[in-house]
Amino acid sequence: MAIIQQILFLVALGVVAWLAFRRVSFIRNTIMLGKDDDRKDQPGRRFGIMMRVAFGQKKMFDRPLIGFLHFAVYAGFILINIEILEIVLDGILGTHRIFASPLGSFYSFLIGFFEFLAFGVLIACVIFLIRRSVWKVERLQPSRHREMNGWPELDGKLILVFEIVLMVAILTMNAADSALQDLGSAHYPKTGDFLISQWIKPIFSGMPESTLIIIERFAWWFHILGIFVFAIYLTYSKHLHIALAFPNTYFARLEPKGEMKNMPEITNEVKIMLGLESQAGDSVVPERFGAKDVTDLTWKNLMDAYSCTECGRCTAACPANITGKKLSPRKIMMDTRDRLEDVGRIMQANKGQFVPDNKSLIGDYILEEEILACTTCNACVQECPVLINPLDIILQLRRHKVMDESQAPGSWNMMFQNLDTNQAPWKFSPGDRFNWVEGLENKSANS
Amino acid sequence: MSEITYKVPTMAEMAASNETPEVLFWVGCAGSFDDRYKKVTVAFVKILNSAGVKFAVLGTEESCTGDPARRAGNEFTFQMLAMSNIQVLDMYGVKKIVTACPHCFNTLKNEYPELGGNYQVLHHSEYLQQLIDAGRVRLEGGEVFKGKKITFHDSCYLGRANDVYEAPRHVLEALDADLVEMKRSRTKGLCCGAGGGQMFKEPEPGKKDINVERIEEAIGTGADTIAVACPFCMVMMTDGVKNKEKEQSVKVYDLAELVAQAKGL
Repeated sequence: MAIIQQILFLVALGVVAWLAFRRVSFIRNTIMLGKDDDRKDQPGRRFGIMMRVAFGQKKMFDRPLIGFLHFAVYAGFILINIEILEIVLDGILGTHRIFASPLGSFYSFLIGFFEFLAFGVLIACVIFLIRRSVWKVERLQPSRHREMNGWPELDGKLILVFEIVLMVAILTMNAADSALQDLGSAHYPKTGDFLISQWIKPIFSGMPESTLIIIERFAWWFHILGIFVFAIYLTYSKHLHIALAFPNTYFARLEPKGEMKNMPEITNEVKIMLGLESQAGDSVVPERFGAKDVTDLTWKNLMDAYSCTECGRCTAACPANITGKKLSPRKIMMDTRDRLEDVGRIMQANKGQFVPDNKSLIGDYILEEEILACTTCNACVQECPVLINPLDIILQLRRHKVMDESQAPGSWNMMFQNLDTNQAPWKFSPGDRFNWVEGLENKSANS
Repeated sequence: MSEITYKVPTMAEMAASNETPEVLFWVGCAGSFDDRYKKVTVAFVKILNSAGVKFAVLGTEESCTGDPARRAGNEFTFQMLAMSNIQVLDMYGVKKIVTACPHCFNTLKNEYPELGGNYQVLHHSEYLQQLIDAGRVRLEGGEVFKGKKITFHDSCYLGRANDVYEAPRHVLEALDADLVEMKRSRTKGLCCGAGGGQMFKEPEPGKKDINVERIEEAIGTGADTIAVACPFCMVMMTDGVKNKEKEQSVKVYDLAELVAQAKGL
């Protein structure tokens, strides 16, 4: 019997490892479709940002109560992994609670601590589910935010249900285990009562040993298989943020938020036009200005898209969205990810070659109306708990619309024309630029 | 009050007489052409004069920094303007620049270096704070703002874009006014709706204008003065006050105007 369980476990572990490897490779390869962007400078500063923002979840504590609940889930997730290690070892070796005897009485304390964390995760996830479904926190509602319709809404709730079920399984497993210990069942070494599951144990009192073993084994398998399924699920879900938050904050922009990235390919052109540089033979004319599709964005923009967990803090702070415009920074990130996954699938189906599908990020996923509504106020960038930058994508899409397709609103074309001819965005003569000085009473003609 | 004779020397005049100013005052397009913001330019020049700052302006040699073109996606126009501005600034050997426009400030400070223009750039809120701290602008004894409620509207290009939140507040505190904050302030400050080229086009369809959303919040503080530090915010907030028909009870002023008022300039 034990050997069959061991074989089944190894098969399950192998399948999960294979699926995870395939999916992670897919994500990595699609991110690498993005353009170069050197984010390797100042490693010390970057590491510090990652530790504060991802590891320490600094920005989540902007809302202290939610920050605390989120931290409970996060801490639970990381620390309960130590118990998963024991479960995996037991599964492979056919042992039961392999750490119990070497750790002695500390083992009971440790499991008690994990149960405390599991209980915290359970409570927090229940509260989160209530916030989504009963209190209806506005930024999470599909009725208010169209990008949340369908899968994103379901995904958000499924993750919470998954976590609640897993935590119930772990507590049930421990309670049944403890009941078996009380019966002196073989293979169930004495560890003493556990902190939380002792309150569930009365349910099992009076049950025969064989029933309890079935319950314990079922909960054990249900829990570990659930973890395996969840591990694969999260790579297809918004929940991927638990992994990508770390690299994403490490590689975040270090420049002031107001600074837009320069386009050196245009600098050369301008220098030639102004006679500052002679026509250089090796100047490369780029195939496209700005970004039309995901492959025109940088790899960091694409990593941003996979890191987004659709919390909507960006959108809730966006002045355009608040006042009813179509723009939603969260939708910019979700559309970028959707497009990237579509491109990745097309490539997978065509031996790694992208076959054009007559679609592009701007137009088919993100509408021009959305990017035109942006005030570049950086509120979305400021809000993101994992340092995603939706504005960078919006501005690259604008560059494409305006420079490649010459499609700007008429009043912007007027503004450009004024700038080109009068060096001011309005139609004033450059010669009148100093006329304001007449507004100074008691002004002496200089010197 | 003794008669002050205000001087506004240009860089060309300075160069001709072999003089170097402490600082170049970058006026910006709104400060040069917009009737409302010209008053801010004048107020700031009066403060500089009364503080004895040796400054100069570029006059007709100044051009737009290119910010609205770049944000609207037109990199060519931006770089053409930026390059020619850098040529002018470098020709005069400009080292230090102060400007009353956060958009000019951001562009000159953060975006010109990559095109070869390296200057020390200050927003006028920072410069006013320095003048006050150094005792060059004295505001004590003024009764003008005593008991008045002022709220400060953060400009995106000063605040989030460049992390300047405290300088304008220090200036307002020096006025001895009662500074009240909006719920959305500092990093959470709500945009006026004009940035990113919005100033130069109609807003996209929606249920409300951004400046109306913001002015409701500002008026909600009970302040009788809304302080701004940006020409675009000035336009948007002033329009918002008009939209709410509060022109009589609520005034919108730039920091420089408030300082000038306090000094009776």
